[in-house]
Amino acid sequence: MNLLDVINEIETQDPAAMDQPNSRRDIFKQLSGAAGKIALTALPLGLSGLFQKAQAAGPSTSTTLGILNYALTLEYLEAGFYKMGLSVQGLIPTTQEFDAILTIGTHEKEHVAFLQSTIKSLGGTPVSEPTFDFTAGAGSGNGPFATVFSDYATFLAVAQAFEDTGVRAYKGQAGALAGGGAYLTAALDIHSVEARHASMIRQMRNERAFADVTPWITLNYSGIGAVVDATYAAEQNTLQAGIQIVGINGYDISYEAASAAFDETLTMPQVLAIVTPFIVTS
Amino acid sequence: MELTNSPGRPDLAQQPAFARPSRRNFLKYAGLSGLAATALAACNKLGTTTPVPGSGTGKSINLGSGDTGILNYAFALEQLEAAFYTAVLLDPYTNISPFEALYLADIRDHEIAHREFFRTVLGTNAIPNLTPNFSSVNFSDRTSVLTTAKTFEDTGVSAYNGAGSLISSATYLTLAGKIVSVEARHAAFIREQLSYGSFADSTVVSAQGLDTSRTPAQVLTLVAPFIVQTLDGSNLPTS
Repeated sequence: MNLLDVINEIETQDPAAMDQPNSRRDIFKQLSGAAGKIALTALPLGLSGLFQKAQAAGPSTSTTLGILNYALTLEYLEAGFYKMGLSVQGLIPTTQEFDAILTIGTHEKEHVAFLQSTIKSLGGTPVSEPTFDFTAGAGSGNGPFATVFSDYATFLAVAQAFEDTGVRAYKGQAGALAGGGAYLTAALDIHSVEARHASMIRQMRNERAFADVTPWITLNYSGIGAVVDATYAAEQNTLQAGIQIVGINGYDISYEAASAAFDETLTMPQVLAIVTPFIVTS
Repeated sequence: MELTNSPGRPDLAQQPAFARPSRRNFLKYAGLSGLAATALAACNKLGTTTPVPGSGTGKSINLGSGDTGILNYAFALEQLEAAFYTAVLLDPYTNISPFEALYLADIRDHEIAHREFFRTVLGTNAIPNLTPNFSSVNFSDRTSVLTTAKTFEDTGVSAYNGAGSLISSATYLTLAGKIVSVEARHAAFIREQLSYGSFADSTVVSAQGLDTSRTPAQVLTLVAPFIVQTLDGSNLPTS
């Protein structure tokens, strides 16, 4: 049987295999508690559009707007994080590293501006910036990353988690933007910049202390700990479109290489659950 | 039908990563694949799609149309990258560090995984094995190797970014997304080996914070010097 047909069959029988939300009811079932509140407060626009199946003609305007506002929320998180880190005297130890973080922080700020203007050009309203608690304490200021702005290793760990989450979050919406023309291209152009950032942060961590952290995500290893498990959930996957990548076609491709060769997606509810502790709900 | 390197053949595929043939053998093997291309093109005449991917006269290889064409386009680029890193590691450049050797081997394996993934997905619609032309690369020189790697990775990122809007299947689009971010991770790593802080510099990222995207026509022009055959992308979707 032709593998193209197999993929199409999976898609037909199980839309969830595409990592897209498969029904509005399921989404709201998953979005219980605080994550649900974020969905409703931070993403008021075009939310319903996210649950429409992408048509061949491309996503509806409301779908596109919903995804852009979702992306904007994540970019606010990253931009705010780097802005804070760069402002703390002595946190980033060397000029080289400061400049690298500055490059990343500048890109995140540019993404915020780009998404805001794109949303407006589509007739939408950009969501406003939430108040963040970068310790992941949901407003307590004393979460698992309590030393995020006093300990450089913790700062880099949070940066890595944010970047890898961002990469997975954008990727998770690609299917819903299929046929989306310039909007899809723009999302992809941001997505690969986030991946460059993630690679750089991982290299910086590797140089500092964590020699086993690779520029790419090997299995679901983060070098951070269980607190970020959700960010790396299912990254150890080696089955792509039903094809086993380990040892594919007789080549010596290890489990580690097979997992690292493909980044995985995160759905919107998964991402919202990850960022919830970083958002202060009033 | 016999291919020099068809899936499952007991050649390169059966050998451990660090015990593969010498570069000379590799080039010999690579040179044979031109014949394979001709053979496969002939076989493909039995196909039902028009145009037939992989068909064409002489050195020209038609990538095909629709999503199949885009997958063949990706397959071609992954073939190029995989062949390059395979050659790099068969005879590493002077004074390669253990760190670089380890990570370049990782990248090689990722590119082989991508190549074989597309070969498998495409099945009988796959274009034949391409013959790389690395005559412009000095494999004993670190800068030459890493600069070429940077070109391939940045080009790969821009190719996937530009191809996304040409893919009609949401499933394939997501799969392309799973690969492009790994290419971007590679690009950032290679760039850092050449120059600290260049992982996402202004030569690839715009003032709006956007990475580069290129059309297939632009990419095929960039990679043409590295491939013996001519890739014909004239039937690929353009919007």
